[in-house]
Amino acid sequence: MISDPNVVTLLYLVSIVCFVLALRFLSSPKHARRGNWLGGVGMIVAIATTLLLEGIGNWVLIAVGAAIGSAVGFVGARKVKMTAMPQMVALFNGVGGGAAALVALAEWHKTASPGGSETVSIVLSALIGSISFAGSLVAFGKLQELVSGRPIVFPAQNVVDVIVLAAAAAFGIAAVAGASGDWVLFALILLALLFGVMFVLPIGGADMPVVISLLNAFTGVAASATGFVLDSTVLIVAGMLVGASGTLLTLLMAKAMNRSITNVVFGAFGQVQAGAGGARTDDGRTVRATTPQDVAVQLSFARKVIVVPGYGMAVAQAQHDVRQLADVLEERGVDVKYAIHPVAGRMPGHMNVLLAEANVPYTQLFEMDEINPEFAQTDVALVIGANDVTNPAARSDTSSPIYGMPILDVDKAASIVVLKRSMRPGFAGIDNELYLDPKTTMLFGDAKDSVLKLISAVKAL
Amino acid sequence: MNLPLVIELTILVLAAFLGFEVISKVPTMLHTPLMSGTNFIHGIVVVGAILVLGQADDTFTKIVGFVAIVLASANVVGGWFVTDRMLEMFKRRPEPKKEEPTE
Repeated sequence: MISDPNVVTLLYLVSIVCFVLALRFLSSPKHARRGNWLGGVGMIVAIATTLLLEGIGNWVLIAVGAAIGSAVGFVGARKVKMTAMPQMVALFNGVGGGAAALVALAEWHKTASPGGSETVSIVLSALIGSISFAGSLVAFGKLQELVSGRPIVFPAQNVVDVIVLAAAAAFGIAAVAGASGDWVLFALILLALLFGVMFVLPIGGADMPVVISLLNAFTGVAASATGFVLDSTVLIVAGMLVGASGTLLTLLMAKAMNRSITNVVFGAFGQVQAGAGGARTDDGRTVRATTPQDVAVQLSFARKVIVVPGYGMAVAQAQHDVRQLADVLEERGVDVKYAIHPVAGRMPGHMNVLLAEANVPYTQLFEMDEINPEFAQTDVALVIGANDVTNPAARSDTSSPIYGMPILDVDKAASIVVLKRSMRPGFAGIDNELYLDPKTTMLFGDAKDSVLKLISAVKAL
Repeated sequence: MNLPLVIELTILVLAAFLGFEVISKVPTMLHTPLMSGTNFIHGIVVVGAILVLGQADDTFTKIVGFVAIVLASANVVGGWFVTDRMLEMFKRRPEPKKEEPTE
């Protein structure tokens, strides 16, 4: 048993240092893994310290609960496919937020309106934790395609959202003002859960990178608020580190789409927009379809090829085949690089993880700002399942919904080959002018299929 | 260990700045591991769950605390293993270019 509070605080400080270093080590893939191990040590120290605190009992319950949770977490972590990583992250966000809300509920029940700052912390932890829990589950459902990935909207949605949130806040204020009884917090949690559901439902799939980052920040802040309730420095600091990280990522993602966070949350972006840009194909330019053989020739005799992967590659699980294609081309002396748009896929860094899984060395992966100047000296830009992030309309067409979004300058390459399932517009619901460019040819079909055909066509040359 | 509120707020604000500083050095490439790594770190709420369940003496608190422990430990264990699995995949090119195929 540890009875000296100073020893407890110092042990928690050890955990804090481990967590900070874990994040610090993430600055390079070289020692990132070591950092995660260090984070693991920090967690073990924190848990062991807490278990050894005076007055901790119910050992059997703790052990059984931890065993169940750990088993589920472990199996989930092992089994999940890399393409399903966004939903996994959403799920972990959710359970963390849920746990924070439950801790707040238990503390409220125990102390029955403790008053002052502790009540404020309980309210915040319950409110934010519940929003994160419900919102993350909806995000999970959308990413897993249990719920439609398209925005789900109903009339006066934003008004209803605000009313629900205001009602939840009203119960929070009542609690702070001295209302007591479990029902106050029950009502608050229920309303917060409802808000969480309604706030994510209208957000479309392509905006998921922003939403997941935001929910990540929420859970961190909820954990931090729990730290105020329990007077625990390690919770305050660790929670806030996550809050800061999620906030930063949210801002980065929103910036990469040139949209404000409020626009992402309340804009219901990506609804099927009737007629938006639909008339453009009438101006005489047409889409040129091509064959795997033609593309194989183009690729094999190129000096430099830049692959632009997008969500379509993830859906088709084509990352391994894409790497094989790159290998075959490199054997022929072609310089192959990958251009990764910050919001390609469904979460920050989604494409990097998929390509890393396919053993693409990270030295071949380039960020938008690094690679954009290189397109002008590129023979073939190979776009695999990416759409809106390559649309030149974002640069030139002020009426386009994606105007101002930074894009990959794919259209500057000498020729462009687009692998795409059909001419269906991308997530933003608008046509991509790139496809009408005379330098562009389209290879229609499932990304994995097309890439496999390309591999055998290149080998046959 | 009852710290005054102002001290806790000071710690909170400093942690926020520290977080921004450290996270802004994480390359875009590692943003997914960053998300799952921070996922793991917010699993620290398991400490809160242990405190609640460990001191619970009525059925309501026991149930709530138990569910909290289950959720939080799934968060901790799952978050850590997923991050480890991902980071293991990030590799440099093993041998020099073009001399021989990578595999």
